[in-house]
Amino acid sequence: MSWPVLAEVTTPANLMAARTQMALSLGWHIIIACFGVGMPAITVFAEWRALRTGDETYRLLAHRWAKAMGVLFAVGAVSGTILSFEMGVLWPGLMETYGQVIGLPFTLEGFAFFIEAIFLGIYLYAWDRLPPKTHLLTGIPVCVAGVASAFFVVCANAWMNQPRGFDLENGIVTEVEPWAAMFNPATPPQTVHMILAAFLVAGFGMASVYAVAILRGRNDRYHRLGFAIPFTVAAVLTPVQIGVGDWAAHFLATNQPVKLAAIEGLYETSQGVPLRIGGFYSDGEMHYALEIPNLLSLLAHWDPNATVLGLAEVPPDQRPPVNIVHWAFQIMVAMGFALLALGAWALIVRWRRKRLPESRWFYRCAAFSGLASVLALEAGWVTTEVGRQPWIVWGVMRVEDAVTPVPGLVAGLAVVTGVYVLLTVATVAVLRRLAKAPLPLAPQEAETGDTERGEP
Amino acid sequence: MTLADWLIGLMWVALTAYVVLGGADFGAGVWDLVAGGARRGARQRELIEDSIGPVWEANHVWLIFVIVLCWTGFPAVFASVSSTMYIPLTLAALGIIARGASFAFRKASTQLGHRRLYGAAFAGSSVLTPFFLGTVAGGIASGRVPRGLAEGDLVTSWWNPTSALAGVLAVVVSAYLAAVFLCADARRAGSVELTGAFRRRALGSGFAAGAVALGGIVVLRYDAPFLFSGLTTVALPVVVLSAVAGLVSLALLARGHFAVARVPAAVAVGALLWAWAVAQYPLLLPPDTAIDDVSARPEVLAVTLGVSAVGAVLLVPSLVWLFVLFQRPARE
Repeated sequence: MSWPVLAEVTTPANLMAARTQMALSLGWHIIIACFGVGMPAITVFAEWRALRTGDETYRLLAHRWAKAMGVLFAVGAVSGTILSFEMGVLWPGLMETYGQVIGLPFTLEGFAFFIEAIFLGIYLYAWDRLPPKTHLLTGIPVCVAGVASAFFVVCANAWMNQPRGFDLENGIVTEVEPWAAMFNPATPPQTVHMILAAFLVAGFGMASVYAVAILRGRNDRYHRLGFAIPFTVAAVLTPVQIGVGDWAAHFLATNQPVKLAAIEGLYETSQGVPLRIGGFYSDGEMHYALEIPNLLSLLAHWDPNATVLGLAEVPPDQRPPVNIVHWAFQIMVAMGFALLALGAWALIVRWRRKRLPESRWFYRCAAFSGLASVLALEAGWVTTEVGRQPWIVWGVMRVEDAVTPVPGLVAGLAVVTGVYVLLTVATVAVLRRLAKAPLPLAPQEAETGDTERGEP
Repeated sequence: MTLADWLIGLMWVALTAYVVLGGADFGAGVWDLVAGGARRGARQRELIEDSIGPVWEANHVWLIFVIVLCWTGFPAVFASVSSTMYIPLTLAALGIIARGASFAFRKASTQLGHRRLYGAAFAGSSVLTPFFLGTVAGGIASGRVPRGLAEGDLVTSWWNPTSALAGVLAVVVSAYLAAVFLCADARRAGSVELTGAFRRRALGSGFAAGAVALGGIVVLRYDAPFLFSGLTTVALPVVVLSAVAGLVSLALLARGHFAVARVPAAVAVGALLWAWAVAQYPLLLPPDTAIDDVSARPEVLAVTLGVSAVGAVLLVPSLVWLFVLFQRPARE
């Protein structure tokens, strides 16, 4: 039996299927990975408080979070593995030429992932095999390696936006500087933005579980602390993230102006450009947008009359799809500011009254903060990935030159989608079960139960 | 030895670790599959869960490490194999998802129905994943993956006698390793009954692995003559080492020396991989693509080897601690 191999004739349907499959599996993994990066630190903090104060509530929380972490880490490990398969199965053209250029951060990521997996195994399974202090210390490599993994992986993605560290002759890589490729100009803003995003998703995500419980009347110390610890982490980091986001946007203005032009729907290069909120882009114009005069020039270059480059600078076949990028960016920013307001609400109440907010509206909003942070995460990721189109390696290799020539990718996409639907349903069901499992009521908690206020 | 030789050597060490350690985790899933009904198999499943729970994720990372080393050091090989082997690699990837996720889900579930469902997914995918990964190895070894994007046949590159042999061998060998490892775990857990059960399985699957490997020689003689001639000449000492180590492990198992039997069992399986490597050296993609034709730039190879040496300083003691910690009895 011999199958026709349509070498070098990738159909648009196949290309679309490959892109969709990559987007699905990466968009799925990125959420779980955020918990893998952010959750260990929050859990280790609770365990540390338990050791310091002997407070049983902290110990219960640490145990509970460790259980959820076990499930999330397993799912994250396998959904991450799939991505390394897909790098070759879907994008062999990219890997054949540039695998060696971006190999370094991935090799380092391999070691970080090793350390993370080893110490997570110890942390999750050795509560009764190690003295309490040693056990706490085994959580630290998990936190550090999680952040390091995120850093290394995003270095590789940053390289796709700012390819450096190689010479090319007739499509063949003739010289490589692996460290220059890894530490490319996009590395600092992108890695910091992503690592903070991971802590926001983990913090708001965990807090929203307890916000729901508090709304349902389980307003005891356990649930208030379970809310306050992760929420405080996320609320404190949100303004930092907005500042870093501004840095990332500045970076685009000078280093990847076409992406910024797509974000803003700016066609002609012009001076004193307004910031456009909302709207719909067609035929080189943004329609129905709310315009704030000169603000984009000000934000992008710290000068209200600065020149901002437009999409017209590059030929039409090198422009990203504007509406997707524009709206993804708007959604990310909107979610970021909504979360900033929510965090400020809690921090102001905490500062003035030394307690958590009591308003039900606060907890209703907080219950959605996890969803909002995930939405911001996905929207931000769409902005950076779709904003790079049609390039897989910006300015160097187009997506259609990277995709596999294998036929039948649509069928593969269908199967993979089915598996991810099942995986999503099962993950949510298992996490809900874990959250609902009755608490082993500890004596301390019964005594101090509802008399104390929660403390962030 | 060139830098490329060192890197392929490192990759092969990592692959050996994955086949021995990760293989045993898959093999545990195979035994989970045949442990019997929910009640009868409960104690076996509990032992399997306790044994692989803390270590399977670390063992799994070896696979990722092999993949990353491959695309860094031999990008053309990575692109050729993964494009031609689109089908079995996609199936193996889905198997990896099902195995890892359902194992964690089962542990977190309490209802019998859910545990059964996740258990079935865990055990079923523990058979399918090593099988498909084995078919990929068989396709490469029998020279069915030419250099270039999807240059090989999308179906017959992995659906052929050598691939079938390698797939079955991967499953049987995994089951054998798992049974050997579980014997010692069962004894430490103090269960005479489970120890006996896994000893019988270890002996049975050990003989089965030997039979498949021996029978396989006939298959290779006709389907992969190049590999066959390598295995019977330059690689013969390694093949013999594998056979002898396998027999020693069976003798130790029969006499009840379970902890020691792990070593020759691991050697027997690891030597199979090294026999394959020696038989086709210096080719990477038989019949005509050699290591030096497809290796990355020397500066890339040097950096990769350098950071791996530094990484190993962190990795090795951590791994040793992980394994030692869970081989000791728990504290009060």
